[in-house]
Amino acid sequence: MGDPKDLVTALADLKEEEALKIVEEKLAAEEDPFKIMDDIRRGMEIVGNRFANNEYFISDLLYAGEILRAVTEKIKPKLVTTKETKHLGKVIIGSVAGDIHDIGKNIVVFMLEANGFEVHDLGVDIPPEKFVEKIKETGATIVGLSGFLTLAFDSMKKTVEAIEKAGLRGKVKIMIGGGQITEEIRKYTGADAYGRDAMDAVALAKNWAGFA
Amino acid sequence: MEEKQEELFNRWLSPQVEFVDEKAEEAYKARVTRIKDAIQLKKTPDKVPVFPLIGFFPAYYTGLTPYDMMYDYEKLKMAFKKYVLEFKPDAHAGAIGPGPGKFFEILDYKLYAWPGHGVAPQHSYQCIEGEYMKADEYDALIQDPTYFFLTVFLPRIFGALEPFKKISPLTNALEMYGGFTPVTFIPFGLPDVQSALKALMEAGNEVLKWIGNVVAWEREITAAGFPNLFGGGTKAPFDTIGDTLRGTKGIMLDMYRRPEKLHQAMEIFTPLMIKMGASAAKANGNPIVFIPLHKGADGFISNKQFEEFYWPTLKKVVMGLVNEGCLPFLYAEGSYNSRLELIKNDLPKGKTLWGFDQTDMAKAKKIIGDVASICGNVPSSLLNVGTPQEVKDYVKKLIEVCGEGGGFMVMNGAVIDEAKPENVKAMIEATNEYGVYK
Repeated sequence: MGDPKDLVTALADLKEEEALKIVEEKLAAEEDPFKIMDDIRRGMEIVGNRFANNEYFISDLLYAGEILRAVTEKIKPKLVTTKETKHLGKVIIGSVAGDIHDIGKNIVVFMLEANGFEVHDLGVDIPPEKFVEKIKETGATIVGLSGFLTLAFDSMKKTVEAIEKAGLRGKVKIMIGGGQITEEIRKYTGADAYGRDAMDAVALAKNWAGFA
Repeated sequence: MEEKQEELFNRWLSPQVEFVDEKAEEAYKARVTRIKDAIQLKKTPDKVPVFPLIGFFPAYYTGLTPYDMMYDYEKLKMAFKKYVLEFKPDAHAGAIGPGPGKFFEILDYKLYAWPGHGVAPQHSYQCIEGEYMKADEYDALIQDPTYFFLTVFLPRIFGALEPFKKISPLTNALEMYGGFTPVTFIPFGLPDVQSALKALMEAGNEVLKWIGNVVAWEREITAAGFPNLFGGGTKAPFDTIGDTLRGTKGIMLDMYRRPEKLHQAMEIFTPLMIKMGASAAKANGNPIVFIPLHKGADGFISNKQFEEFYWPTLKKVVMGLVNEGCLPFLYAEGSYNSRLELIKNDLPKGKTLWGFDQTDMAKAKKIIGDVASICGNVPSSLLNVGTPQEVKDYVKKLIEVCGEGGGFMVMNGAVIDEAKPENVKAMIEATNEYGVYK
């Protein structure tokens, strides 16, 4: 468990009150907020690794997300100088047309951000042309399509086709994910890869961004 | 409980309808007996039963939409009838799934998006996740769940019932004294509460019209020889709170932040969930109670959380139903590989049916196969984009792995909507071809 005063450990072990208390103490002691943010990132990285190792589950990720929100809210007012943060890459993500489920997608967004990606989350029920627009606007090289229902199979296929038609297929890597997604569905949709969970998504994104 | 269950099975075996002919009656009884034998584990059935768990498939199959199924009850009956008569499954799940669109419209339902209201007419209805019960409302729910539903939950999920927030506790109506009983009814004189009551009456009329059609459909299909698998339905208390009250995120955080309250609320719901399933089963004369399982699946929570939060009250629901002569059909969505060892010693032999989606079926058969019957696992990816031959091979393999000695039924893993009809047919044909016990 380590030093109880250690923010990284408190976050990694999902000790909400302890983490908040340490952050308050650090802020009161005028510690560099960017250094605190760095500790937070490291704590969340451990959370992600534990999830990948089946030590943590969706319940833990949702709680970690909540703790993360609470601690960053405390720090935000202190982050006055806008330091240019280096991102590993840009990812566009959304639940495809017809599907309004977002819990799985939100967890993927959370883990991608915690791992240093700039994520553009389009939301739910996103028509193919919105993905195309956003690729053009941001120059993102990674696209994540999420879908919980079987109707998402066709929506994903149409989204990949729309990206192709817009002449952008060569510029982006596309991953898909959701409860009923398999290798057969990946082939059917024309996506590059599929992931079983949020850490699969992080591994794919890191690989495509050249950080594997 | 043995007698109670036999009595319910006998009622299911002898429905109060006039069969179209002797052949239909024979086929009906053979189907029910086949399912009964597969579930009870007392003897091997004549054949592995096959039950496609369908959603809006009949709409797509007949060139109609989910919207049509929810708004035009004639189309609903036609599509679902065509599906059953042409596919000839051993059992169906009624025509009750789509529900009455107009009812939801009248009450301005906010908990789901449905065809024409938030999703396209050609798509299925979908839950809108939210905290329809707030974190600080556990005490109110625990103290008086019905009053909480009437004055907090219903006004949130039905726009038209918002004025019900003003209704007094009806438990105040104690004696003639003016300050007790009469004042309890003041809210019913208020214009907005009265409009809400009018909406409720209109909604009731619509539900009655709809259920009349659903029941008429069912009598006709029963008369043609096809039993409805479901006598009733209920939920695991953890899902009752997690699905539509606190929401997925809400209940997950509650396990960490207010575990005691969550435990208390689940205990409050446990007898209510038993009553919900058992009363429907008795009314319909069919012991099988469908329980879709959601948030206890692999990956959602840890085994420790499953054992602490999910299973104890679900186990009570299962045992409560079994004591009433019912037969719980636990449909574990997602996968349940890590849970099989945790549940196996708690299952009364031959009294439950387990439906699986992505669970390893060989493992399921090995771990719980001697105490419970199992079904499911034909993947929706295969049914949607595979070929009939691939489906047949998959079903053949499943029967080889799980069918030995009975205790098995062929079913798909996740609800079928837009699957290829030839693939659904292949699933049924393959069962009839490879599933005969010699």
